[in-house]
Amino acid sequence: MLEIFQIIISLLDSTIRIATPLIFCAMAGIFSERSGIIDIGLEGKMLLSAFVAASATFLTGSPWIGLLSAVLASGFTSLIHAFACITNKGDQVISGLAINILASGLTITVGIALFSRGGQTPPLSSDQRFMPIDFPFQNLLDNIPFFGDLYSDVISGHNILVYLSLLGVFLTYYVVFKTRFGLRLRAVGEKPEAVDTAGISVIRMRYQAVIIAGMLCGFAGAYLSIAHGAGFGREMSAGKGYIALAAMIFGKWNPIPTLFACLLFGFLEALGNRLQGVDLYIIGEVPVQFMQALPYILTVILLAGFIGKARAPGAIGVPYSKEG
Amino acid sequence: MNESNLLPRWISIGLIPLINLFLAFLVSGLVIFFIGESPIQAILVMIKGAFYYPGSIGYTLYYTTNFIFAGLAVALAFHAKLFNIGGEGQAYVGGLGVGLVCLALDQSVNSFLVTILAVFGSVAFGAFWGVIPGYLQAKRGSHIVITTIMFNFIAASLMVYLLVNVIIEPGQMSPETRDFSEGVGLVQVHKLANFFGISMAVSPFNISFFVALLVSFGFWILVWRTKFGYEVRSLGHSETAAKYAGIDVSRTIVLVMAISGGLAGLVAINELLGVHNKLLLGFTAGYGFTGIAVALMGRNHPVGIFLASLLFGALYQGGTELDFEFSSITREMVLLIQGLIILFSGALAYMMNPIIEKIYIKAFKGPQNA
Amino acid sequence: MTINEINEGNDTLISLPSFTGSSIELKNITKRFGHVIANERVSLKVETGSIHGIVGENGAGKSTLMNILFGLYRPDEGSIHMDGKTVDVTSPEKSISLGIGMVHQHFMLVPTFTVLENVMLGNEGSFFLKNGEKSVLQKLQKLSNTYGLNVDFYSLISDLPVGMQQRVEILKALNRGAKILILDEPTGVLTPQETISLFEILNSLKNKGVTIILITHKLKEIMSITESVSVMRGGKVVASLKTRNTSPEELAEKMVGRKVLLTIEKKEPKIGNKILTVKNLNHSSKEGVEMLKNISFSISEGEILGVAGVAGNGQSELLDILSGIEQLQSGEIQINKIKVLPGEKWDPKKVREVGMAHVPEDRQKRGLILPFYNYENSILGYQRKEKYSSGFLLDKNKMLNLFTETAEQFDVRPRDPHIVSSKLSGGNQQKLVLAREIESQPKILLIGQPTRGVDIGAIERIYEDLLIMKESGVAILLVSVELDEIMSLSDRIITMNQGKIVGEIKGSEATEIELGKMMSGLGRAD
Repeated sequence: MLEIFQIIISLLDSTIRIATPLIFCAMAGIFSERSGIIDIGLEGKMLLSAFVAASATFLTGSPWIGLLSAVLASGFTSLIHAFACITNKGDQVISGLAINILASGLTITVGIALFSRGGQTPPLSSDQRFMPIDFPFQNLLDNIPFFGDLYSDVISGHNILVYLSLLGVFLTYYVVFKTRFGLRLRAVGEKPEAVDTAGISVIRMRYQAVIIAGMLCGFAGAYLSIAHGAGFGREMSAGKGYIALAAMIFGKWNPIPTLFACLLFGFLEALGNRLQGVDLYIIGEVPVQFMQALPYILTVILLAGFIGKARAPGAIGVPYSKEG
Repeated sequence: MNESNLLPRWISIGLIPLINLFLAFLVSGLVIFFIGESPIQAILVMIKGAFYYPGSIGYTLYYTTNFIFAGLAVALAFHAKLFNIGGEGQAYVGGLGVGLVCLALDQSVNSFLVTILAVFGSVAFGAFWGVIPGYLQAKRGSHIVITTIMFNFIAASLMVYLLVNVIIEPGQMSPETRDFSEGVGLVQVHKLANFFGISMAVSPFNISFFVALLVSFGFWILVWRTKFGYEVRSLGHSETAAKYAGIDVSRTIVLVMAISGGLAGLVAINELLGVHNKLLLGFTAGYGFTGIAVALMGRNHPVGIFLASLLFGALYQGGTELDFEFSSITREMVLLIQGLIILFSGALAYMMNPIIEKIYIKAFKGPQNA
Repeated sequence: MTINEINEGNDTLISLPSFTGSSIELKNITKRFGHVIANERVSLKVETGSIHGIVGENGAGKSTLMNILFGLYRPDEGSIHMDGKTVDVTSPEKSISLGIGMVHQHFMLVPTFTVLENVMLGNEGSFFLKNGEKSVLQKLQKLSNTYGLNVDFYSLISDLPVGMQQRVEILKALNRGAKILILDEPTGVLTPQETISLFEILNSLKNKGVTIILITHKLKEIMSITESVSVMRGGKVVASLKTRNTSPEELAEKMVGRKVLLTIEKKEPKIGNKILTVKNLNHSSKEGVEMLKNISFSISEGEILGVAGVAGNGQSELLDILSGIEQLQSGEIQINKIKVLPGEKWDPKKVREVGMAHVPEDRQKRGLILPFYNYENSILGYQRKEKYSSGFLLDKNKMLNLFTETAEQFDVRPRDPHIVSSKLSGGNQQKLVLAREIESQPKILLIGQPTRGVDIGAIERIYEDLLIMKESGVAILLVSVELDEIMSLSDRIITMNQGKIVGEIKGSEATEIELGKMMSGLGRAD
């Protein structure tokens, strides 16, 4: 009995750790796509941010500077995306893809030039990372079975970026649905003509949305290299940007459902790792690759309309021109 | 995208892509400069690496073969205004087709026949992997960009599972199958040359290159000389006009994606039948994505695709040389250049238009405008 | 001042109406797009608190004018004056601040938002929506009560019927303080009942002093609600009248009037058997609006049946259904011996198989693929026929020959098969399409707006071709808004209004006045 509790606790713990970068990126995606700009480049921005965060932290010794640099770098990258898609009315998918490939090449190339470690950054020490934060009262609650561990391992004991990601979800929800900016953002993604004829600049709104998206990806990348991990490794984003994209679609471009989608996908990965080599009743061993593919399979099923409808913002992907 | 109405075709098709290419190289050169190396040196090393050393051209053409297949795959879909990003996954699953055919038949059937069947296997399996997203787009409206991306990942997981657990050569550590039987496979050109007494440097360059050329020709015929191609292009230009013309939109989308997937699958014949002679993990190595760059640069036409494939082949091969010569630059530099090319040729393709239009008007129409 | 006077003064201040409209005057507004003169010296004046109509056919320049008023375009020449003061409308934002409120033909509403959210958009009142909501609600309630614009503020736009959506558009404009309300083709998507409601609202607004400009091509509406009207044609204002002094017939004449260009020698029609019969055709649009009501007619071999009517009365839908582009929802189509019922296979491919050809109203979007070469367009729709192909392959030589021959025969210029069709003039594009359809030797030809955007030389040629076809026994359904065209070519004419056939007349007996009356829905006196 105790063992099952332990397993559940550790699964939940892992879920949160795995989901955090997904959450940041998915929120980023929501901002961008809700304004009508497709963002395939979440992966590349996360990778780039991870590199910048690790490098800046190593060079300055402060993870906060690392975080800031990552956010700025990612924001700048999304500026390029915005310039290509909004001002030049270029194809948004191609721009996103280009950014992903660029990020792959750039991070390794600059990484090798700076640190000569085959693309990795030098390992970071504990004070150069965001370390786990223990909530108060942990000792008091430790003795309570199950819930004590729940508190100390699952709720408490994560690094600050994890908690920031949750904050990010609520902030995203609030901004997008409860503020003037959010109202206009959603309008621009559904029907830019309505915004234009109300006297608001469609271009300005979209630029703002895309830059915010970029900055959020900065948090995701920083988490990977200076909070969760201790440095940058080649291609360390490993497709998480695409899972975040899938989560955003699964969450139907709404922050709270998307949060759950990220947690779900995170749980699937944690479960898959846990079940590796384990024989289950009847099914036998569940291949870890199946668990890894599950988020993608689920998204396809959703898109095929078999689990409800996923309706993207109405005007997404189409560059806006004043027809007048 | 907004093509200029003002500029004549030779500028739109010839000059502007070259300018975009130049911009990509310019920015790459800047990055190299900031790393502390000489861009000129780097370019020279790459050119030598691609063409000069013994075996270089062979290696370049070997890469080119992959890009031709991958580029044609993306280009066909583009003609129907469909964005097939799934080339990577379709090539991978195409490899499964090759592997399964060879492993099942190579002990019992004539090896030449097995090779031919394996080629069909690559096409059939690749087509299968392309047709599912195509069907979902046509019948359920699922956006093909997202589904093909998803299918890339699903393919990767599937292949890892199969290679690690199912079709792995028993007793070995690395996730690959056993070698295909002697005689199965596409002969490498240097061996062929040696057979005729001509000495040639060793390289993975094999006759799948010529298959690629043939397929390119077939592609041209398909798109511009057949009824089907006519309908595909019509659909790509205007769905309303296509409906008016009695074209079955759903059917066309599904067929296009099937053929597109099949084309991508052919990457496997170069890699598996021409070089490795077994199925192994990750043999697609990003070629599927490069296919997108190639199709964009080559403007979805076989001739352009061939030239772009050659360019990227040279980049890839030259990139390996960079690795040798420079301590601080590796072949990932090529990824950077590739990303920039996609950016400038794709998303920013018409960025230079206003400036060029102004220059064109001044140069060619100046006196009349006074 | 006496106490009375002071009190009176205060009373006056309190009882000022919340909206006083402005008068608006346009003087010599001119706007060019390249060579095209969309508006030429347009002048009109609208008094405060009145309803002024602007009528004209598609392409007459109404939309351009409205976009100028709304700040999306700047006029090349001319000036705009409100309450006597010159104003410069530089952007939609400026336009709104000046008090010009526009209710667009295609609503500028976000379908996934509520009414309240749509009204607030751009005018939220504060960064936090919650704070601004209350005052907007209050204002909306007041507007709603004052003008009878009743709508549930918390409904989603996508849940509202079109008539309600339009009210939201009006509320949006009023919420922004519109003193002049411009409505662009407001009744195109409304049912008759919704139209009545709208007009009640407009009258209510007018009585409270709001100035209203109504852009429409529906003459009945002009007559029923406006006080003055300007007629536009070819970018110019061809008449400014007081509504009570004019009539639908006069307006129709001025709207569509074009001199009869040719004296077409019409021989005695050799009319054969009925070849196309349509029975009880009904059709509703995606939004649920009934576009066709119980349409029944037939055409015989060698006969040209003209369908006259102002655009938007169901003619396009009729063509779409007959040509297989739209599904047959209810009714029956019979071609020779072949009967087609709802649910059966009916698409452009089948249509061509049974011997019907179609020259669409919109040749650029439907009838041609502009980026294609001329010779490629010459087989659009016929790409699967054996005569242009051998097996899978298209026979390029046959295509080239086809184009060269037909270009010669139908005078398509330039004759070069390797020119991209987008480079052809409107008239030559149309000739290309017509040539292609005639070449297929159809038994029935459906043709819409054959000479829209076509120069005079080409027009004559096209008419000749149509008559030749007729004489060789082809049945032709001719849909056109040009009355001269209908009268010159048709053996028989039916008029459509609001999705119904409202009149039938022999070609030889038709006059502009007669047709104008029928088209405007006043019916033929029989």
